[in-house]
Amino acid sequence: MKIAISASSPSLDSEVNPRFGRCDMFIIADPKSIDFEVVDNAGESAGGGAGISTAQMIAQKNVEVVITGNCGPNAHRVLSSAGIEIITGAEGTVRQVIEDYNNGKLSSSSGHNVSDHFGMGGGGGHCRGKGKAN
Amino acid sequence: MKEIVVLSGKGGTGKTSIVASLAVLAENKVLADCDVDAADLDILLDPSIQEKHDFAGGKVAFIDSEKCARCNICAQVCRFDAITDLKVDPLNCEGCGFCSHVCPVDAITMQPSFSGNWFISSTKYGPLVHARLGIGQENSGKLVAEVKRQAKIIAQSTGASWIIIDGPPGTGCPVISSLSGASTALLVTEPTLSGVHDLKRIIEVCQHFKVPALVCINKFDINEENTRLIEKHCQSLNISVAAKIPFDTVVTEAMVQGKPVLEYTKGRVSQEIEKLWNAIDSL
Amino acid sequence: MIISVASGKGGTGKTMVSTSLAASIKNNYNVQLLDADVEEPNSHIFLKPVFETSHAVSINVPVVNEDRCNHCGKCAEVCAFNAIAVVKDFVLTFPELCHGCGACSYLCPRRAINEAPNQIGTVETGKAGSISFVQGKLDIGQTMPTPVVRKVKELTSREHISIIDASPGTSCPVIAAIKDSDFCLLVTEPTPFGLNDLKLAVETVKQMGIPCGLILNRAGVGDSRVEEYCQKENIPILLTIPLDLNIARLYSKGTTLAEGLPQWQENFKEVFRKIREITGERNSST
Repeated sequence: MKIAISASSPSLDSEVNPRFGRCDMFIIADPKSIDFEVVDNAGESAGGGAGISTAQMIAQKNVEVVITGNCGPNAHRVLSSAGIEIITGAEGTVRQVIEDYNNGKLSSSSGHNVSDHFGMGGGGGHCRGKGKAN
Repeated sequence: MKEIVVLSGKGGTGKTSIVASLAVLAENKVLADCDVDAADLDILLDPSIQEKHDFAGGKVAFIDSEKCARCNICAQVCRFDAITDLKVDPLNCEGCGFCSHVCPVDAITMQPSFSGNWFISSTKYGPLVHARLGIGQENSGKLVAEVKRQAKIIAQSTGASWIIIDGPPGTGCPVISSLSGASTALLVTEPTLSGVHDLKRIIEVCQHFKVPALVCINKFDINEENTRLIEKHCQSLNISVAAKIPFDTVVTEAMVQGKPVLEYTKGRVSQEIEKLWNAIDSL
Repeated sequence: MIISVASGKGGTGKTMVSTSLAASIKNNYNVQLLDADVEEPNSHIFLKPVFETSHAVSINVPVVNEDRCNHCGKCAEVCAFNAIAVVKDFVLTFPELCHGCGACSYLCPRRAINEAPNQIGTVETGKAGSISFVQGKLDIGQTMPTPVVRKVKELTSREHISIIDASPGTSCPVIAAIKDSDFCLLVTEPTPFGLNDLKLAVETVKQMGIPCGLILNRAGVGDSRVEEYCQKENIPILLTIPLDLNIARLYSKGTTLAEGLPQWQENFKEVFRKIREITGERNSST
């Protein structure tokens, strides 16, 4: 199985990035063997809906569990539709988090734990605002 | 690190003058002017610009006339009337890219559009991140987010205790952007019916995004009846009115001198702003 | 004739000016006031209109027909706003991020996407005595004011003297509000903030080729730099309103100058006369 952890640098010693949609990268690991790959997060620089595009990308990687700090409602909706388990509130290094996961110390969250736009203050922004009324 | 964003809904309630004075009082802070459409904080803080950066807010379509087959399909699908005579009007272009997807000869590319500048400056009160949106550009919140991002980077690297943000007027995208991730919103209002009306709307926005709010009534004595109305409304929502600043021309005088009012005088206005800061500090 | 009222800086008295101008000339002309400051519409506070109609302003957002969809992901790929996502056997739409461009439905290879309106605001119309009143209001939490501004503007009547109250600043919704005006009335105060923001507003209207004039509000505080700037830039100062506690109190109660201090009606009529003169001159010279 594969789990994805939001990270700030490409190593197991990276701190867990508190943001999902606007984290720098993901470490996708097999929790038993701790083999891992690093996936850059294009959503980091997306205009709006970063969480949505990031969640879509993660879903395409056949990940079963996502571990992160905070997850907004939009990303939560996409991930749960893909049947991915979401664990929020994770802190410490990626290595510790994988260990905690293996020891059953982490529990999944039933809903999003931050409001939309949460990560935006640290990220790109969200909408270009002209729109077309009908 | 705490992030205070100062908002008002209605413009001209004295937001920027108050932010400049809080800048004098707060220790170890980074300042950010997120009113990128009409940035005025720099007038009071006399910054010297250290860094200037271009900002590309979004994308606009560009038609390569050499490749263009003049079929005009792009103009037909565009819902923003952004293409006339096979030319893109960047003011109308939404950046959706619809045209680039339908062009049969791939003559349309989406290119980053210049939409303003952001600056890192030093002031005698600490670092200031500010910006200027290009005229007629969309105030999308993206430039606001960039200003906040830069302020946060500086705050993290210097171990600052506070980020104090001068927010934009209104309730739309830039406001929501400036509010995201804030620890507290300080709402500066005035006892006019317009002020009361807009305060109610901005409180709703804060509640919608679950950011705790604190209210300051500026020029409270120009209509004490409305001041009582505001106090009652805040009380009913369990929002504290942390300060009531009297009307005084020293605020404008200080502005003309290009100084925060707190540096200009130690009178009633300054005392009340000190009280306001103490309330924020003790949160 | 369309007169828009704008100001780079918020809180300079734009709404007070729009409503006072409307109230001062209403006995001589058919007047329409359009409040295009859709994030904070306040003209109604001064004119107290009775609203007769209210229409939703909507953006067309995608609705996916699951029976036809084969989850190919094309819609998510073309959406520049991440308003649509495809994961496994689900298509998810996020109406609040949608800009209504229509790319997803047009480009869907299986024609599985229809569009349906999603409300972002309202446009209300009514009467304030003899003044026709139109106001746009952006719903709380919505982020796109410009479509609402455009809807307000669609109701501009050529049979009236239309006065448009724009939002502060110089960004997109302001451009949409003042576009196609015959004249733009700028309101500022004689302070460094007022001057700084006035310069941005002047640059904007000049770029759009709209003639402008200034109303200087709260004169008496501050300095003379706004006046010097206007002289240099050849911008006529059409009216000076002093900083006066009586006026400030009227404003705080939501009373127009025309109603609260009727002697001001003549001043606003004079402003209107000057605007006609300027726009008339312009028309005859072009």
